[in-house]
Amino acid sequence: MEPLITCNHVNYTYHTLQGETPALRNIDFQVKKGEFVSIVGPSGCGKSTLLSLLCGLLEPESGTIEFCGEPLSNKNRSNIGYMLQHDHLFEWRSVRKNILLGLEIQKKLSPESIQEADHLLKLYGLYPFKDAKPSQLSGGMRQRAALIRTLLLHPELLLLDEPFSALDYQTRLQVSDDIGSIIRNSKKTAILVTHDLSEAVSLGDRIIVLTAVPAMVKKIITTDFPKDMSPLERRNTSEFKDYFNLIWKELNPHEP
Amino acid sequence: MNHNHLSAAQIAYVNAHKVHKIKIQLYRFGILFLFLVLWEGSTRMGLVDDFIFSSPSKLLLCFCRMTKENTLFYHIVITLAETLISFFLVMVTSLLVTILLWYSKTLTETLDPYLVVLNSLPKSALAPLLIVWLGANYKTIILTGMSVAIFGTILNLYIGFREVDPEKLKLIQTLGGSKNHALLKVILPANLVNIIGLMKSNIGLCLVGVIIGEFIASKCGLGYLIIYGSQIFKLDWVILSILILCIIAMGLYGAIRILEKWYQKHM
Repeated sequence: MEPLITCNHVNYTYHTLQGETPALRNIDFQVKKGEFVSIVGPSGCGKSTLLSLLCGLLEPESGTIEFCGEPLSNKNRSNIGYMLQHDHLFEWRSVRKNILLGLEIQKKLSPESIQEADHLLKLYGLYPFKDAKPSQLSGGMRQRAALIRTLLLHPELLLLDEPFSALDYQTRLQVSDDIGSIIRNSKKTAILVTHDLSEAVSLGDRIIVLTAVPAMVKKIITTDFPKDMSPLERRNTSEFKDYFNLIWKELNPHEP
Repeated sequence: MNHNHLSAAQIAYVNAHKVHKIKIQLYRFGILFLFLVLWEGSTRMGLVDDFIFSSPSKLLLCFCRMTKENTLFYHIVITLAETLISFFLVMVTSLLVTILLWYSKTLTETLDPYLVVLNSLPKSALAPLLIVWLGANYKTIILTGMSVAIFGTILNLYIGFREVDPEKLKLIQTLGGSKNHALLKVILPANLVNIIGLMKSNIGLCLVGVIIGEFIASKCGLGYLIIYGSQIFKLDWVILSILILCIIAMGLYGAIRILEKWYQKHM
């Protein structure tokens, strides 16, 4: 299958008056259409920087990023959706107005798109709260609203920057299961950055393990779970533990 | 509130709260009443000279006389109009300048020391200059009113703009938005509380600035009445004007508080 996004020898360095900090070195990988790829690595290794590059918010110092075989540009950037660590729902807008924000910015608001928004709100159990303020929603509901805001733009690729890390453990399990299933059912391609290895294994078809800063691709592990298995079900398999241990060893090579 | 569903303890709590509120109001009016009685009594008993200190009854007579002659409202309207114009211009100009500063980091870094110096400068020192440049007219007074508040407002607004979570701005970028979208969808709405807070302090500051301007460059307004009254020893005019200024300051602040409450209710 043709790759949706390709990273070719991407390098990135941060520059400050105190000096320069190499963040990414020779990053090379491809993500195919319909794939769910998790990226893990030590804290501060440059995972979020990589997502900013894949989204076109930053430009590589060297190397190229291609989307559908063409260099990433403002033209094809609109096909990439980004979900941040925090939901950033604005308190001065109702839930419905929050999820319509992207469409409003891209001047794509229409009766059909509003109907679609309402359909997604119903589908993900948020319709009764459409006129509520975000503060009236639980953490999980807020993340679902943030996902709907991204999905309404019909992105071909979804970038997820630790979207569950602000949630408590129980909600996190539930929401990652929900959101993982939503993404799979809608046949979206997704790249998830996380520091939670369980999350990476339960959601990813492949897991890219990065080294400490400057980040390089250390290993790419392909998981072999049945396609229709939910993230929560994956956690209960024996393979889950094996993948977890494999990644753990990659990240902590000096531990016995 | 439906008292049928409330427990006795809750009803007692609500009632105690109401009684407390009434007590505070009574204390407030009590202090004012006591002050007026002491003032009136001490002038009638000759403890203080009512030529210098006036008295509530003399002020009431003065108020009635000036109202009949239609002079007092003229001065009040002039001061009020100058204050509101200064206030409006301060808010609009500060907002526009802050937006420009937010757009251009270079402009901000260039203008920063000038803004800090102008904000620290005692603005009354500018008034004599403004008279020479613009003449003894309403333009000088409005500019003096503006000068008191504008620089502080710009600095405060800019801090508010900069304190908006950069991740919220990143969200706008990820949704394909430009800097204009960031301004309209995030920066301005996120700063509305800050803007209303600045309006609350600026309405008082503009009144102070306008009175300074009227002291030196006017032939009408409450500031003029105060300075002219003190020169010809019409101290009833002076004290009455000061009391009216207190009422105007309270009224203007109250109007902004109503706006703030409306915002809190609807946003």
